[in-house]
Amino acid sequence: MSTEIDRQWTNRLRRRALKLLPPEKLMPDTQPTYVSSWIYVFGVTTMAALAVVIASGCLLALRGPQWWHTSSVGLFVNSLHLWSVEIFFFAMVIHLWGKYFMAAWRGGRALTWITGVVTFVTSVATAFTGYLSQTNFDSQWISTQAKDGINATGGGAYWNVLNTGQMLMWHIVLLPIAVVALVALHVLLVRVKGVVPPFEEPVKVGADR
Amino acid sequence: MFFLHIGALVPLNTLGHYIHWHWIDISVANFVVIVLMVVTFVAALLAPFPGRRRRKEHQ
Repeated sequence: MSTEIDRQWTNRLRRRALKLLPPEKLMPDTQPTYVSSWIYVFGVTTMAALAVVIASGCLLALRGPQWWHTSSVGLFVNSLHLWSVEIFFFAMVIHLWGKYFMAAWRGGRALTWITGVVTFVTSVATAFTGYLSQTNFDSQWISTQAKDGINATGGGAYWNVLNTGQMLMWHIVLLPIAVVALVALHVLLVRVKGVVPPFEEPVKVGADR
Repeated sequence: MFFLHIGALVPLNTLGHYIHWHWIDISVANFVVIVLMVVTFVAALLAPFPGRRRRKEHQ
Protein backbone atom coordinates (compact mmCIF):
# COMPACT_ATOMS: atom_id res chain seq x y z
CA MET A 1 0.00 0.00 0.00
CA SER A 2 1.54 3.27 -1.11
CA THR A 3 1.89 6.09 1.39
CA GLU A 4 1.01 9.70 0.76
CA ILE A 5 4.71 10.49 0.29
CA ASP A 6 4.98 7.78 -2.40
CA ARG A 7 2.18 9.45 -4.34
CA GLN A 8 3.78 12.91 -4.33
CA TRP A 9 4.61 14.15 -7.80
CA THR A 10 8.30 14.66 -6.90
CA ASN A 11 8.51 11.03 -5.76
CA ARG A 12 6.80 9.72 -8.88
CA LEU A 13 8.97 11.89 -11.12
CA ARG A 14 12.16 10.67 -9.42
CA ARG A 15 11.15 7.00 -9.74
CA ARG A 16 10.25 7.50 -13.39
CA ALA A 17 13.55 9.30 -14.15
CA LEU A 18 15.58 6.59 -12.40
CA LYS A 19 13.75 3.87 -14.30
CA LEU A 20 14.29 5.63 -17.63
CA LEU A 21 17.89 6.63 -17.00
CA PRO A 22 19.58 4.84 -14.08
CA PRO A 23 22.97 6.36 -13.02
CA GLU A 24 25.00 3.54 -14.66
CA LYS A 25 23.26 4.29 -17.96
CA LEU A 26 23.54 8.08 -17.56
CA MET A 27 27.30 7.94 -16.95
CA PRO A 28 28.46 4.53 -18.23
CA ASP A 29 31.94 3.11 -17.57
CA THR A 30 32.18 1.32 -20.91
CA GLN A 31 30.76 1.66 -24.40
CA PRO A 32 30.39 -0.88 -27.24
CA THR A 33 33.44 -1.27 -29.53
CA TYR A 34 31.72 0.47 -32.44
CA VAL A 35 31.57 3.72 -30.42
CA SER A 36 35.37 3.92 -30.96
CA SER A 37 34.89 6.14 -34.00
CA TRP A 38 36.11 9.62 -34.90
CA ILE A 39 32.51 10.54 -35.77
CA TYR A 40 31.67 10.65 -32.03
CA VAL A 41 34.82 12.65 -31.33
CA PHE A 42 33.33 15.32 -33.60
CA GLY A 43 30.08 15.19 -31.61
CA VAL A 44 32.03 15.86 -28.41
CA THR A 45 34.08 18.55 -30.20
CA THR A 46 30.78 20.26 -31.06
CA MET A 47 29.81 20.39 -27.39
CA ALA A 48 33.28 21.61 -26.35
CA ALA A 49 33.06 24.37 -28.96
CA LEU A 50 29.57 25.26 -27.70
CA ALA A 51 31.01 25.73 -24.19
CA VAL A 52 33.64 28.14 -25.57
CA VAL A 53 30.96 29.95 -27.62
CA ILE A 54 28.84 30.50 -24.50
CA ALA A 55 31.79 31.50 -22.29
CA SER A 56 33.14 34.00 -24.85
CA GLY A 57 29.58 35.27 -25.47
CA CYS A 58 29.19 35.94 -21.73
CA LEU A 59 32.44 37.95 -21.77
CA LEU A 60 31.18 39.98 -24.76
CA ALA A 61 27.90 40.63 -22.92
CA LEU A 62 29.80 41.85 -19.85
CA ARG A 63 31.70 44.61 -21.65
CA GLY A 64 29.53 45.46 -24.67
CA PRO A 65 30.07 46.56 -28.31
CA GLN A 66 32.50 49.45 -27.74
CA TRP A 67 34.83 47.05 -25.95
CA TRP A 68 34.72 44.32 -28.59
CA HIS A 69 35.17 46.87 -31.43
CA THR A 70 38.01 48.96 -30.01
CA SER A 71 40.14 47.27 -27.33
CA SER A 72 42.67 44.57 -28.24
CA VAL A 73 41.33 42.17 -25.59
CA GLY A 74 37.77 42.83 -26.79
CA LEU A 75 38.78 42.12 -30.38
CA PHE A 76 40.46 38.89 -29.23
CA VAL A 77 37.34 37.71 -27.35
CA ASN A 78 35.19 38.70 -30.34
CA SER A 79 37.44 36.59 -32.60
CA LEU A 80 37.37 33.75 -30.06
CA HIS A 81 33.55 33.86 -30.21
CA LEU A 82 33.56 33.76 -34.03
CA TRP A 83 36.16 31.00 -34.38
CA SER A 84 34.58 28.79 -31.72
CA VAL A 85 31.35 29.08 -33.73
CA GLU A 86 33.28 28.06 -36.87
CA ILE A 87 34.62 24.97 -35.06
CA PHE A 88 31.14 24.28 -33.64
CA PHE A 89 29.58 24.15 -37.13
CA PHE A 90 32.57 22.38 -38.70
CA ALA A 91 32.46 19.55 -36.13
CA MET A 92 28.64 19.39 -36.04
CA VAL A 93 28.36 18.99 -39.83
CA ILE A 94 30.95 16.16 -39.87
CA HIS A 95 29.09 14.45 -36.99
CA LEU A 96 25.81 14.92 -38.90
CA TRP A 97 27.23 13.49 -42.17
CA GLY A 98 28.59 10.50 -40.28
CA LYS A 99 25.29 9.83 -38.52
CA TYR A 100 23.36 10.23 -41.78
CA PHE A 101 25.41 7.51 -43.51
CA MET A 102 25.08 5.29 -40.39
CA ALA A 103 21.26 5.77 -40.60
CA ALA A 104 21.38 6.70 -36.92
CA TRP A 105 17.57 6.84 -36.66
CA ARG A 106 17.34 3.00 -36.75
CA GLY A 107 15.99 1.06 -33.77
CA GLY A 108 13.63 3.66 -32.35
CA ARG A 109 16.26 6.43 -32.41
CA ALA A 110 14.25 8.81 -34.63
CA LEU A 111 13.94 11.44 -31.89
CA THR A 112 17.72 11.38 -31.32
CA TRP A 113 18.26 12.10 -35.03
CA ILE A 114 15.50 14.73 -35.14
CA THR A 115 16.85 16.63 -32.09
CA GLY A 116 20.27 16.68 -33.81
CA VAL A 117 18.84 18.11 -37.03
CA VAL A 118 16.69 20.65 -35.16
CA THR A 119 19.78 21.68 -33.15
CA PHE A 120 21.59 22.31 -36.45
CA VAL A 121 18.75 24.47 -37.82
CA THR A 122 18.41 26.38 -34.52
CA SER A 123 22.18 26.95 -34.50
CA VAL A 124 21.97 28.45 -38.01
CA ALA A 125 19.34 30.91 -36.73
CA THR A 126 21.53 31.69 -33.69
CA ALA A 127 24.57 32.36 -35.90
CA PHE A 128 22.45 34.51 -38.22
CA THR A 129 21.18 36.71 -35.37
CA GLY A 130 24.80 36.90 -34.19
CA TYR A 131 25.83 38.39 -37.54
CA LEU A 132 22.98 40.91 -37.11
CA SER A 133 24.18 41.81 -33.59
CA GLN A 134 27.75 42.76 -34.48
CA THR A 135 26.83 46.49 -34.65
CA ASN A 136 29.00 47.24 -37.69
CA PHE A 137 28.56 47.75 -41.44
CA ASP A 138 28.56 43.99 -41.96
CA SER A 139 25.47 43.55 -39.75
CA GLN A 140 23.76 46.48 -41.48
CA TRP A 141 24.43 44.92 -44.90
CA ILE A 142 23.23 41.45 -43.85
CA SER A 143 20.04 42.77 -42.19
CA THR A 144 19.05 44.93 -45.16
CA GLN A 145 19.72 42.04 -47.56
CA ALA A 146 17.79 39.55 -45.38
CA LYS A 147 14.72 41.70 -44.69
CA ASP A 148 13.18 41.12 -48.13
CA GLY A 149 13.53 37.37 -47.84
CA ILE A 150 11.98 37.33 -44.34
CA ASN A 151 9.21 39.74 -45.39
CA ALA A 152 8.40 37.53 -48.40
CA THR A 153 7.51 34.75 -45.94
CA GLY A 154 5.21 37.09 -43.98
CA GLY A 155 7.34 36.61 -40.88
CA GLY A 156 8.84 40.10 -40.95
CA ALA A 157 5.98 41.54 -38.91
CA TYR A 158 6.94 39.33 -35.97
CA TRP A 159 10.64 38.78 -36.56
CA ASN A 160 12.16 42.03 -37.80
CA VAL A 161 15.80 41.61 -38.84
CA LEU A 162 16.20 45.43 -38.92
CA ASN A 163 15.30 45.59 -35.20
CA THR A 164 18.76 45.30 -33.61
CA GLY A 165 17.35 45.04 -30.06
CA GLN A 166 15.04 42.17 -30.99
CA MET A 167 17.77 40.31 -32.89
CA LEU A 168 20.25 40.79 -30.02
CA MET A 169 17.73 39.40 -27.50
CA TRP A 170 17.05 36.39 -29.71
CA HIS A 171 20.81 35.89 -30.10
CA ILE A 172 21.81 36.11 -26.43
CA VAL A 173 18.69 34.77 -24.66
CA LEU A 174 16.10 32.75 -26.58
CA LEU A 175 18.17 30.90 -29.17
CA PRO A 176 21.10 29.94 -26.88
CA ILE A 177 18.58 28.53 -24.36
CA ALA A 178 17.00 26.54 -27.21
CA VAL A 179 20.37 25.25 -28.50
CA VAL A 180 21.61 24.20 -25.04
CA ALA A 181 18.26 22.53 -24.21
CA LEU A 182 18.27 20.66 -27.54
CA VAL A 183 21.88 19.51 -27.10
CA ALA A 184 21.08 18.31 -23.56
CA LEU A 185 18.01 16.44 -24.83
CA HIS A 186 20.06 14.95 -27.69
CA VAL A 187 22.74 13.63 -25.30
CA LEU A 188 20.14 12.27 -22.86
CA LEU A 189 18.41 10.46 -25.73
CA VAL A 190 21.76 8.94 -26.76
CA ARG A 191 22.10 7.69 -23.18
CA VAL A 192 18.52 6.34 -23.03
CA LYS A 193 18.46 4.66 -26.47
CA GLY A 194 22.17 3.85 -26.77
CA VAL A 195 24.45 4.47 -29.76
CA VAL A 196 23.19 2.97 -33.02
CA PRO A 197 24.99 -0.33 -33.83
CA PRO A 198 26.60 -1.01 -37.24
CA PHE A 199 24.38 -2.28 -40.09
CA GLU A 200 25.63 -5.87 -39.73
CA GLU A 201 24.50 -6.09 -36.09
CA PRO A 202 20.84 -6.51 -35.06
CA VAL A 203 19.27 -3.24 -33.94
CA LYS A 204 17.96 -3.39 -30.37
CA VAL A 205 16.88 -0.26 -28.54
CA GLY A 206 18.88 0.32 -25.38
CA ALA A 207 20.29 -3.22 -25.44
CA ASP A 208 23.70 -2.42 -26.86
CA ARG A 209 25.59 -2.16 -23.59
CA MET B 1 54.82 41.39 -33.26
CA PHE B 2 54.77 37.69 -34.13
CA PHE B 3 50.99 37.75 -34.62
CA LEU B 4 51.21 40.87 -36.81
CA HIS B 5 53.54 38.97 -39.16
CA ILE B 6 51.24 35.93 -39.16
CA GLY B 7 48.25 38.20 -39.82
CA ALA B 8 50.06 39.82 -42.75
CA LEU B 9 50.22 36.44 -44.51
CA VAL B 10 46.45 36.54 -45.03
CA PRO B 11 45.35 40.06 -45.95
CA LEU B 12 41.81 40.42 -44.58
CA ASN B 13 41.37 44.11 -45.33
CA THR B 14 40.72 43.62 -49.04
CA LEU B 15 37.74 42.61 -51.15
CA GLY B 16 36.86 38.91 -50.95
CA HIS B 17 37.64 36.53 -53.81
CA TYR B 18 34.77 34.63 -55.40
CA ILE B 19 34.46 31.52 -57.56
CA HIS B 20 31.89 31.76 -60.38
CA TRP B 21 30.88 28.58 -62.17
CA HIS B 22 27.59 28.58 -64.08
CA TRP B 23 24.97 29.39 -61.40
CA ILE B 24 27.35 28.63 -58.52
CA ASP B 25 28.73 31.74 -56.82
CA ILE B 26 30.79 31.09 -53.69
CA SER B 27 33.54 32.91 -51.82
CA VAL B 28 36.97 31.26 -51.83
CA ALA B 29 36.92 31.24 -48.00
CA ASN B 30 33.63 29.31 -47.86
CA PHE B 31 34.81 26.94 -50.62
CA VAL B 32 38.03 26.20 -48.71
CA VAL B 33 36.03 25.47 -45.51
CA ILE B 34 33.71 23.06 -47.38
CA VAL B 35 36.70 21.26 -48.97
CA LEU B 36 38.35 21.00 -45.52
CA MET B 37 35.12 19.56 -44.08
CA VAL B 38 34.91 16.89 -46.80
CA VAL B 39 38.62 16.01 -46.35
CA THR B 40 38.18 15.81 -42.54
CA PHE B 41 35.06 13.65 -42.96
CA VAL B 42 36.88 11.18 -45.21
CA ALA B 43 39.83 11.15 -42.77
CA ALA B 44 37.41 10.52 -39.87
CA LEU B 45 36.09 7.44 -41.70
CA LEU B 46 39.47 6.06 -42.77
CA ALA B 47 41.84 6.99 -39.93
CA PRO B 48 42.28 4.19 -37.38
CA PHE B 49 40.85 5.02 -33.96
CA PRO B 50 43.49 4.75 -31.21
CA GLY B 51 43.05 1.67 -29.01
CA ARG B 52 40.14 0.21 -30.98
CA ARG B 53 41.96 -3.03 -31.90
CA ARG B 54 43.13 -3.48 -28.29
CA ARG B 55 39.57 -2.99 -27.02
CA LYS B 56 38.20 -5.48 -29.55
CA GLU B 57 40.70 -8.15 -28.45
CA HIS B 58 39.82 -7.45 -24.83
CA GLN B 59 36.09 -8.03 -25.35
